[in-house]
Amino acid sequence: MSEKVLMKGNEAIAEAAVAAGCRHYFGYPITPQTEIPEYMSKRMPQVGGVFLQAESEVAAINMVYGAAGAGARVMTSSSSPGISLKQEGISYTAGAELPCLIVNIMRGGPGLGGIQPAQSDYFQATKGGGHGGYRNIVLAPNSVQEMADLTMLGFSLADQYRNPVMLLGDGVIGQMMEPVEIKENNTRAVEKPWAAVGMHGRAKPNIINSLYLKANELEDHNNRLQKKYALMRGNEMRWEEIHTQDAELILVAYGITARIAQSAIDIARENGKKAGLLRPISLWPFPEPPFVRLAKTATAFLTLELSAGQMIEDVRLATRDAKPVYFYGRTGGMIMSPMEIYQEITKILDGKEGK
Amino acid sequence: MAEVLFSRPKALFDIPTHYCPGCHHGIIHRLVAEVIDELGIQEKTIGVAPVGCAVLAYDYFNFDMLEAAHGRAPAVATGVKRVHPDAAVFTYQGDGDLAAIGCAEIVHAAARGEKITTIFVNNAIYGMTGGQMAPTTLVGQVTSTSPYGRNLETAGMPIRVSEMLATLDGPAFIARVAVNTPANMNKAKAAIKKAFELQLSGQGFCLVEVLSICPTNWGKTPLEAVKWLEENMVPHYPLGVYKDVQEAAK
Repeated sequence: MSEKVLMKGNEAIAEAAVAAGCRHYFGYPITPQTEIPEYMSKRMPQVGGVFLQAESEVAAINMVYGAAGAGARVMTSSSSPGISLKQEGISYTAGAELPCLIVNIMRGGPGLGGIQPAQSDYFQATKGGGHGGYRNIVLAPNSVQEMADLTMLGFSLADQYRNPVMLLGDGVIGQMMEPVEIKENNTRAVEKPWAAVGMHGRAKPNIINSLYLKANELEDHNNRLQKKYALMRGNEMRWEEIHTQDAELILVAYGITARIAQSAIDIARENGKKAGLLRPISLWPFPEPPFVRLAKTATAFLTLELSAGQMIEDVRLATRDAKPVYFYGRTGGMIMSPMEIYQEITKILDGKEGK
Repeated sequence: MAEVLFSRPKALFDIPTHYCPGCHHGIIHRLVAEVIDELGIQEKTIGVAPVGCAVLAYDYFNFDMLEAAHGRAPAVATGVKRVHPDAAVFTYQGDGDLAAIGCAEIVHAAARGEKITTIFVNNAIYGMTGGQMAPTTLVGQVTSTSPYGRNLETAGMPIRVSEMLATLDGPAFIARVAVNTPANMNKAKAAIKKAFELQLSGQGFCLVEVLSICPTNWGKTPLEAVKWLEENMVPHYPLGVYKDVQEAAK
């Protein structure tokens, strides 16, 4: 497929995964991501792949652990409450250094929450989620096209670093339809000599494991992981900037919120207010360099999230609190309008002018 | 020329295990390894170790292995088998791992007829954590979390896993064996062998439950423990074949 087709964000993820050579999908139904397992149940048999509807999200992520440990390009997907159930398996997968793609199409919480879009799993996705101190690369698409592109990138990065990658989308992008081009497979094929595939003449068994009973060995393992995470920090920060060069106020938003922020910036610019957008694409590693730079030229930052404020903590860290960081958010599945954001922009910029 | 009559199976490493004196895990490991040698499948065997006393099984078996989270071995094995349908994939699990925290995973692997083999070691107690009550602990049995004996009113009856799984259509072979006598060891080995053969011929899910002693946490000598197994465990957990698609087809 190389022409543009109209697809839902969730379907674009699934088709991009197939294009990227993923032939093993393990999942469980949950709104608003169910189009992914549904699409895979239809598509995988057509390409000789495996679709398996697991008995739970817990089982699904452990099937991913097994398939990844056995050398396959593999994925699972879920939505917020289901991702909580997967956290044990994600920690084991990170500990055993297994490459896989985990998709979270976020909905409102806490608890069973609701089925409307949200961005309230930022902490869970970027700060660990499961136990034990590990990092996942977290990619945040803001369009159906990016749902596809970042899915392919996610598989590449997972294999390159032997690490889980999370695609953190929201219910809006998951459900909305846009034209998308599913590109030719641009992922790298990586040898996996470490995988448990049967010895087949190899002298020593391959063991997939995250258990180190001796404290010094577990510390060595942690040090190795931290070295890998430092490498990711150095190589894998991604972001987009719009109108930031002359901006007095930098809006910080990811996913669907960044799209709404863009509309608000257009309104602001029409009204002579210099606002710009800094959109983190990798939420971990969090793209610090543009924040350090823009903290020198802008007068303030406004973080926008469909949560009560989670990414704002990373914005404050990245800017070293050199400039005020304001926050505006909606929760529960409520979505902010461009005019709401514009009013926040006005308050901040006019408040400053009023001084 | 001297003839070798008995030697270590190739599928086992030549290192001492961490198991307690009298524990049956060593015997069961050996039976699994002998079967893998006899079937000539060491090169294509992929094992999944549990959380529990056998957590370090990958240190003893000489083939590729994955260490699973507590109870999740059947899901992990499912992932492995779906990637390598020709491999001999098995899980090695204890009763806490399989019958408590991993109950959903084993039931659904069995229901799907997942073409894997499960070696289920039932010693009626949590060994690794120091002797707590398991789903398989007998009524009245004293453990560190049932100090007055397992109470029927509050803890219910111990689960008979083989009988429960045999009600499903997915399994090809389910048997309960013991390794308390040489005769039973031979029967156990035959069952384990069949559980691998039927997996490899694509018949479906296979499970062998092995009744086992835990002298340390039962507070008994190995000989007393064997006697306790025979007098208490076997009556509640009768030995035998609970499902065999091969026999059924005859």
